Amino acid sequence: MKKLIIALAASAALLGGLATGASAQDKTKVCFIYVGSKTDGGWTQAHDIGRQELQKALGEKIETPFLESVPEGPDAERAIERMARSGCALIFTTSFGFMDATIKVAEKFPDIKFEHATGFKAAPNVATYNSRFYEGRYIQGQIAAKMSKKGLAGYIASFPIPEVVMGINAFELGAKSINPDFKLKVVWANTWFDPGKEADAAKALIDQGVDILTQHTDTTAPMQVAAERGILAFGQASDMIAAGPKTQLTAIVDTWGAYYIKRTNALLDGTWKSEQIWDGLKDGILTMAPYTNMPDDVKAMAEETEAKIKSGELHPFTGPINKQDGSAWLAAGEKPEDGVLLGMNFYVEGVDDKLPQ
Amino acid sequence: MRIELEKRPRVSGLFSVVSPLLALALTLAFGALMFSLLGKDPMDALYSFFVEPLLEVWSLHELAIKAAPLILIAVGLSVCFRSNNWNIGAEGQFTMGAIAGSILPVMNPEWHSPMILPLMLVMGMIGGALYAGIPALLKTRFNTNEILTSLMLVYIAQLYLDWLTRGPWRDPQGYNFPQTKAFVTEAVLPEILASGRAHWAFIFAILAAIAVWFMMRFMLKGFEVSVLGQSERAGRFAGFSARRMVWFSMLLSGALAGLAGISEVSGSIGHLQPIISPGYGFTAIIVAFLGRLNPLGIIAAGLVLALTYLGGEAAQLSIGISDKVARVFQGLLLFFVLSCDTLIHYRIRLIFAGAKPEARG
Repeated sequence: MKKLIIALAASAALLGGLATGASAQDKTKVCFIYVGSKTDGGWTQAHDIGRQELQKALGEKIETPFLESVPEGPDAERAIERMARSGCALIFTTSFGFMDATIKVAEKFPDIKFEHATGFKAAPNVATYNSRFYEGRYIQGQIAAKMSKKGLAGYIASFPIPEVVMGINAFELGAKSINPDFKLKVVWANTWFDPGKEADAAKALIDQGVDILTQHTDTTAPMQVAAERGILAFGQASDMIAAGPKTQLTAIVDTWGAYYIKRTNALLDGTWKSEQIWDGLKDGILTMAPYTNMPDDVKAMAEETEAKIKSGELHPFTGPINKQDGSAWLAAGEKPEDGVLLGMNFYVEGVDDKLPQ
Repeated sequence: MRIELEKRPRVSGLFSVVSPLLALALTLAFGALMFSLLGKDPMDALYSFFVEPLLEVWSLHELAIKAAPLILIAVGLSVCFRSNNWNIGAEGQFTMGAIAGSILPVMNPEWHSPMILPLMLVMGMIGGALYAGIPALLKTRFNTNEILTSLMLVYIAQLYLDWLTRGPWRDPQGYNFPQTKAFVTEAVLPEILASGRAHWAFIFAILAAIAVWFMMRFMLKGFEVSVLGQSERAGRFAGFSARRMVWFSMLLSGALAGLAGISEVSGSIGHLQPIISPGYGFTAIIVAFLGRLNPLGIIAAGLVLALTYLGGEAAQLSIGISDKVARVFQGLLLFFVLSCDTLIHYRIRLIFAGAKPEARG
């Protein structure tokens, strides 16, 4: 037995030694750090697909190492620093909670470029990028109002930060544009990535009588629960149709690939600048998964809304809009500044939840 | 057929020494096999796991940061385990220590005084010790099982921290993100050297290990711990009180876990947030046994375990294995070390069907 193991190990070592002949010295390293597993079926998977597209597009010119399942906190700072020291020229940190760690490491390595997803802190060598997810959520809200028999949907939310509150409001506004009495229940899972908690949240909402489920968390667990209980649901970040072939209406699919290619090219050209990017449906940074499990008229409505948002004809946050307590927020025809949306910390009328303060 | 572990009448001195080396060799062999099955060069993989993190100064600092809480907690636990008190709740004591120690910087964010840091550390130790006092009280008073009570208190501590950071202690300027205000500079545990991030927690860990080693080796209290752990009856004849030992060991390990908690929050994180530990309190149980419940062994064990975390990251980056493989490898190491150690004290006996199991007490 022992001899066999030694022989195996030795022959394997030999094979391995032959395989690593090619040198990778002249390639530019573009690195990624993920909060979840790259096969989570949601948020992180979408980033990893973007990374693969980047690798494919630029091929031999670059390498794209990554670290997955990095907890937000002191471990993240070490992981990012390790990347910086391992020769990465551009580092994408793909979770909101990596913000402070990214800024701290970036201070130490002024020659390395960093890009932080969805954050609000920038520096000369730290750009931020984000997607107008709320555009997709508005479309989802409209579909929900058409498809829900009770006029009641459930929303699995992660953290009460403006990004998430904005999404809840956009969903409710979309729904109310179809059914003014539409109500939305919210459960705070207080996590981005926890299949168990997400599934529990889904069950709690369904037990409260919602017949449509949507989520702002990263895994397919809520979709699976919705499928088991026979209600309809929306996917998040990745197309989750595999988890609910008869359940998913559509999904907001994050398509980061084009952005990653654009920014890496800018780095290679020497034109990279720190910017605060906030792109939407029209830029292709998010797309809607195929509209499924709905009648043709609902599908046509969704496609029309999508086209209007892309053309700029429709802004999901267009007045008149009241706040949750009934007080006026936007007058008729008024649209908010981006800065107001990015700091949103209140609900619009119709959300059946108390925002954690 | 059954498999039984039977205590060996005599422990081989030679194998006590050789066992860690044997375990390491087995890990390397199986690790190399696993890496080569995955199509990675096993030499490259082992190099990035065990050598690469040790080659750079900054990485050594990171090693110290990661090892410090593990060592601090495990040293306390070794006293508990030696005295036959099974404190499984160090994670909760760590959390409560962090909370108690953070009271000053969170409630008085404008207080800039050199006094704040020592006070925080003391309050952290008190917080951890008091929290460990609950299972001690329940055990001495109602004879409850401290394994269960201390474990369950972990969840309470974690949820309490969760509630605090999302509710009353949340930073009003933090965009609703669940964390407290960043601590003022005076409340941050300073770095040991200018060359990296390692902070004083590592010094505390080494000092605690040496102090507890000294106590166990040269002081009557250490003898008391061992005697009561091996035989409570014998201890009673010697005039030692098992009840007082419950208190002593639980409070000591709670205080050290609490110190680890506040040091981690103050030195590494800089504010409180819902999750402050990737399970240090539980990993420290492994560290304690890996170090054979000897404080000096625990220093080595803590460093080895921290190295596997760092090595896992290095291997992900340099040879592109997934984090799951890195964890499997870590598991292999622990499995071989602990099983080799077990087999020093026990031998495996196969019992074939037909033989009646003996009654055991």
